[in-house]
Amino acid sequence: MSCSLKNGSELPALKFNKKPTEMGRREFMRSGAALATITLAPGVTLMAFGGKAEANANPATRWGLLVDTNKCTPDCDACVTACSTENGWKDTGHPETDAQWIRKVDLVDLATGRETSLPVMCQHCENPPCVDVCPTGASFKRADGIVLVDKHICIGCRYCMMACPYKARSFVHEPLTGQKSYAPRGIGTVESCTLCVHRVDSGRIPACVEACDAIGHRALIFGDMNDPESDIAKRLLAYPSLALRDDLGLNPGVRYTSL
Amino acid sequence: MKAFLTVLILLMGLGFPPALSQTLGPVVPKATGNPHPEGNLFMRINHSKLLLQDRNLTVRLGDRNIGASLKACVACHTSTDKNGQPIPINADKQFCSVCHEYVSAKIDCFQCHATVPEKKTEAFLIPKTSDSNALAAYLKETSE
Repeated sequence: MSCSLKNGSELPALKFNKKPTEMGRREFMRSGAALATITLAPGVTLMAFGGKAEANANPATRWGLLVDTNKCTPDCDACVTACSTENGWKDTGHPETDAQWIRKVDLVDLATGRETSLPVMCQHCENPPCVDVCPTGASFKRADGIVLVDKHICIGCRYCMMACPYKARSFVHEPLTGQKSYAPRGIGTVESCTLCVHRVDSGRIPACVEACDAIGHRALIFGDMNDPESDIAKRLLAYPSLALRDDLGLNPGVRYTSL
Repeated sequence: MKAFLTVLILLMGLGFPPALSQTLGPVVPKATGNPHPEGNLFMRINHSKLLLQDRNLTVRLGDRNIGASLKACVACHTSTDKNGQPIPINADKQFCSVCHEYVSAKIDCFQCHATVPEKKTEAFLIPKTSDSNALAAYLKETSE
């Protein structure tokens, strides 16, 4: 096998199934959303988006989360604990700079005294302001609607943190060790709820939803909002729901009922 | 270069210990698992390019069924201490650091990425979507 790499294009893929063998940033950006695999030369293909069985981010899917605030209680933070355990973040003792993947918010109606409790995390907007402002393209939305930070190209400018109306992002200020292998996070980059993308890609549900179910509250429903047969789509159709800061027109993937 | 090689060959011919050739380069800890079919030389030259390509597939497209992931490097190439505990792969004299230190290349992979493998039960029991039928069959089998 030749080991010389002229302009990198002779690099054979390690995969056993057919995969694109080389993807420069330029090709990646140019390939567009619904492009099929284009053969440039034998063994050299452009990255293909959509319609590929291997890619888990399916453009026909829109992952969403429905929070029933009636079932969420102020004294419960099972979702927050589960998120912390799953993704390996913990409070550092400096509340100003702590990770903000998910937090519980308690609301009190001053006129009636009614208390409402709800979890707030990245709302996985259809039109995410964090993606709009990112100067490097690190902040991006996957084909299936999950908004993520590509920490490989995040320069830590924190523009996205300022742009996010939900304050759903945080910055890692201190060196970390002992991260989870499926949830890399580190100093100098911005992070937020990933909707447990590593679980979703393997057909599981996010850790917060699992924890809420396990404790018996069942206040969180996860699913494909584009699939009319899914539980979440049926509930969204049947009951009135609300997006936080609906006035901004961001169309979040996280919606709330009884709020 | 030619002169240097001649001197080297001469020196070796003069009865210098064979360990000389080992002390010249980094001593890489032995890995577990099957050897790379592409060969070690190929991996030495191309591992960074492979990682770069496959990280984009995973991060951007959600493709988890990739050939070259840092997680997979760590899974096979970490050494264990005398208590059987995995040593971080970026620690002194360990698999990643031994060569990068030798060539003065500073990598920042492990500012974010895990340096020891996930516990086997977790890492290898995560079902892939494509494996779900097999897993369901397995669970059925074991529950009977």
